Amino acid sequence: MIEVSHLFKSFDGEQVLKDISAVFETGKCNMIIGQSGSGKTVLMKSIIGLHRVDSGKIEYDSRNLPDMRMRDIRRLRREVGMLFQGSALFDSMTVMENVMYPLEMFSSSTRLEMENRAKFCLDRVNLNEHSYHLFPSEISGGMQKRVAIARAIALNPKYLFCDEPNSGLDPKTSLIIDQLIYEITHEFNITTIINSHDMNSVIEMGENIIFINNGIMAWSGTNKDIYLADNEDLNDFVFASELYKQVKKINQ
Amino acid sequence: MNIVKDIGLYSLLMYRVFVKPDRGRMFWKQLPKELEKLGLASLPIVIIISIFIGAIMTIQTKLNTENPLLPTYSTGLVTRDTLLLEFSSTIMCLILAGKVGSNIASEIGTMRITEQIDAIEIMGINSANYLILPKITAFVLMMPFLVIFSMAIGLTGGYLVGAFSDIITTADYLLGIQYAFIPYYVFYSVVKSLVFAFLISSVAAYYGYNAYGGALDVGKASTNAVVNSSILILFFNLLVTNLMLN
Repeated sequence: MIEVSHLFKSFDGEQVLKDISAVFETGKCNMIIGQSGSGKTVLMKSIIGLHRVDSGKIEYDSRNLPDMRMRDIRRLRREVGMLFQGSALFDSMTVMENVMYPLEMFSSSTRLEMENRAKFCLDRVNLNEHSYHLFPSEISGGMQKRVAIARAIALNPKYLFCDEPNSGLDPKTSLIIDQLIYEITHEFNITTIINSHDMNSVIEMGENIIFINNGIMAWSGTNKDIYLADNEDLNDFVFASELYKQVKKINQ
Repeated sequence: MNIVKDIGLYSLLMYRVFVKPDRGRMFWKQLPKELEKLGLASLPIVIIISIFIGAIMTIQTKLNTENPLLPTYSTGLVTRDTLLLEFSSTIMCLILAGKVGSNIASEIGTMRITEQIDAIEIMGINSANYLILPKITAFVLMMPFLVIFSMAIGLTGGYLVGAFSDIITTADYLLGIQYAFIPYYVFYSVVKSLVFAFLISSVAAYYGYNAYGGALDVGKASTNAVVNSSILILFFNLLVTNLMLN
């Protein structure tokens, strides 16, 4: 479980996060939603520790990140997997080498054991052997996301962060990636935090949603509650399209 | 103020670079790749430039010193000392600052803007150490060989002028390049090249590592790396020369 409380973050005097408090539960897909520029990426990067917060607590199972020394942060990060918006695969490495990379860095297993683990992870994200020796530039965006998921779960993380996992993907591939993240979260009992403004993803797997508006946590609930929410900003954001307005009416 | 900030950030980065690698095995795996990429891949340009400069220097020295009072071997002597003292270390390093410096800055800069460095950090790895240390080590290790190689090729270029034209005889040239040879000049040149190699690789890595934005910013980082490392090479050339030859 990750718990953030009274989080403040500013850049050059401009307050970006204002008193954010939220609980991200274990074994659930926790989603951070909000418009572009609302502060959700800053929130995620602050939770991971890529941004140093001005004040507040970020507790990873009672371990407060802002109080940690760099050495302890590095140790904690070995329990973290991350799926980046642009996949962030290493260009100079093949698919297999990308997944092997965290294992080679931190695992004390033999080469064969590491290869088996990498193959298991790649198999889990439905990538076959033909893709193992291809470079990221030689595979599609959807496949890159799958490789990035395989790399993120290679070390059996306790926490998984996904920054805009569907960015740049077609609706069908987006659905496959969503399902994969959802399944992996439940299968391995991971605390997953997904940063998204894709409404299909929110409705599909938002078991715990927080809505950020202008740096303030304006609403929290589940994908079922969202249809009944009376928060005006949230409704403006979620039901911006005609399709979702119709869906809301049906649900009400 | 920017200079002070840059020096501070550069020092902090170097402090993160020069620590024991998280996994020694990964460092040793990276090092041969960097030796090949930064060192061996620079050989063709070193050969081409050195052979032409050696030849041109011989021709120009001969044409500008047409004086019966000067001994016939003086052309070879001047060519040799110019190559040993300045060309093969300083000028070659300025050229390599363009090739290797832009390569390092653009590679690391692209990794930065495509979040590959963030991905390494998220895994709990010291990205500065993992990415930059093998590059600096490899380039510093390769540079003395490149410099000595450049000296040999440059002198060969001068010899070819004698062999294929009647500007100078090969006998005079060979006598000149052996006359009053001071081995310390080679040592001085190698020491300078080590300093320059460190400057080129570390300054380029600094600009690449701190690149933010898009492709345009990677281009800017690359340009800054080349310009600033070139200026530093000239400054340190003066400093080391004063220390070692004065």
